[in-house]
Amino acid sequence: MKVTKDLVAASATPMVLGILADGESYGYAILRRINELSDGELDWTEGLLYPLLHRLERLGHVESSWQSVPGERRRKYYRITDSGLAELAEQRRQWDTVVSALKAIWVDPGDVRRLATIPLGGLA
Amino acid sequence: MTAPGSPDGGTTPYGPDGLEAQFDQWRHYVRRRPELQRSDAEELEDHLRGSVDELIAAGLRPDEAFLVAVKRLGGLDELSREFAREHSERLWKQLVLTGGTDDPETDNRSRRDLVAMIVCAVGAAVSIKLPALFGQGFEQDGAFYAPNFALFTLPWLAAYLAWRRRAGTAVIGVMVALFALGAVAANVYSLAEDSQSLVLTTIHLPIALWFVVGLAYVSDDLRSSRRRMDFIRFTGECFVYFVLIGLGGGVLTAFTVGTFQAIGIDPEGFVSEWLLPCGVVAAVVVAGWLVEAKQSVVENIAPVLTRLFTPLFTAALLAFLIAIVWTTAGINVEREALILFDLLLVVVLGLLLYSISARDPLAPPGLFDRLQLALVVSALIIDVLVLWAITERITEYGTTPNKAAALGENVILLANLAWSAWLVLGFVRRRTPFAALERWQTGYLPVYAGWAWIVVLLFPPLFNYL
Repeated sequence: MKVTKDLVAASATPMVLGILADGESYGYAILRRINELSDGELDWTEGLLYPLLHRLERLGHVESSWQSVPGERRRKYYRITDSGLAELAEQRRQWDTVVSALKAIWVDPGDVRRLATIPLGGLA
Repeated sequence: MTAPGSPDGGTTPYGPDGLEAQFDQWRHYVRRRPELQRSDAEELEDHLRGSVDELIAAGLRPDEAFLVAVKRLGGLDELSREFAREHSERLWKQLVLTGGTDDPETDNRSRRDLVAMIVCAVGAAVSIKLPALFGQGFEQDGAFYAPNFALFTLPWLAAYLAWRRRAGTAVIGVMVALFALGAVAANVYSLAEDSQSLVLTTIHLPIALWFVVGLAYVSDDLRSSRRRMDFIRFTGECFVYFVLIGLGGGVLTAFTVGTFQAIGIDPEGFVSEWLLPCGVVAAVVVAGWLVEAKQSVVENIAPVLTRLFTPLFTAALLAFLIAIVWTTAGINVEREALILFDLLLVVVLGLLLYSISARDPLAPPGLFDRLQLALVVSALIIDVLVLWAITERITEYGTTPNKAAALGENVILLANLAWSAWLVLGFVRRRTPFAALERWQTGYLPVYAGWAWIVVLLFPPLFNYL
């Protein structure tokens, strides 16, 4: 099972902001983290990640800087800003709404059948 | 497009050195994309290296790891497209004058260029005001400023170009000598303010000196036909930029005059004595610098205009020819008519030159080339009719400097266009290569320069300073 492209794109911003909320990071690490968290089910490409990071930077949700950590390569690190944290909170609120609504709809299979009969009964 | 770093058979990169070579190759590949800037390329390279390291740790050989990592990164086309979606401005705003190109070497170079340009532009603006120290004013000494005007600006543009090309001392010496010759020609003959020769010098000296600028432009490779073609392109773009700067300058002047008059100060003296002359001479240098700075970055404008106007001019000339045949009317040859038809030939030549300059020399002949042939041939027929009429006139009434100059130019342009028409015909019939036409045009450039010098240097004494 692979998550569809639309859903990946829609969840991209909160996911990146959420990862950066744990601490600054760089592109490759972010991509690996997303892979870990989703067991490889989320099909993220570099073409999605880097332009997204640049857009978030343009909107002021993240800041970037080139840093050289001793013993490693020079890397472009991204850090979440206050406005990014606010955006993350807003996105979380929206996603919570969506998720709880979906959960309410998708109870267990028995319930689905029960729910499906109700409107019919109501119409009759 | 295939992914870079595919095995090319030449190297078998087992060790870290081979891997670095592959990274180098990949970096070059990425840097060619306008959508991806240097920092993006570095960021992606870091990503690629992270991926390679992980794959090597998982047991792959370095070259295998590189291939897999590049493959995972996805096609560059797709990657560029995604970057372009976020950074669409990069496809537009590629003319970065100074700084911000995120490439320190380019930054440095463009900053040095900017400084040199400002020095030259300020030099031009100062030099045009220097004669004022000796009591020459723009209002009363028109006979001094008119023929000398080009001498206050073109040497500065030539200096800028020579500096940029690191011209050799021999070339610089020749340029200095030619500018000095121009200064002599403009000032040594005592011409009356209303003499025809003064007007002719005023028109022809800038042309002669422009070819000295051309010498500066091609100074890194004097005999190269390609470089001369570049100079033709440079001329067209420079002209377009100069006109645009002039329009902007007009708006600036209008606002300056208007706003100051609103508070009861009359800036007209300042505008006519300072803003206008200094602005014009500096604008020539700025236009030249702009063309150099934006070269190959933005679509050139002159060829675009050519494409637009070649069909229209062809239609107009053909209509004119048909009208002549239809009404059997002779051309009424006044002096103005000769100049008008000279200018017509110049426009036709310009249309021809700028479509040559933007054409892919290897492309096969197409509809546009036939259209061009029709344009040139109809211009030639019209011009022969005009020449016929004018020679009769001259043999009847004798000649003046104006008529001689106009006639000479007509003959020069006619010769060029006639041979061009022959070459275009050969090209359309696939007998001669396109390069022949290009070589003919670039080889002809010294003829214009030579004629302009003849008019400036020899005409006044020839015609008794009339």
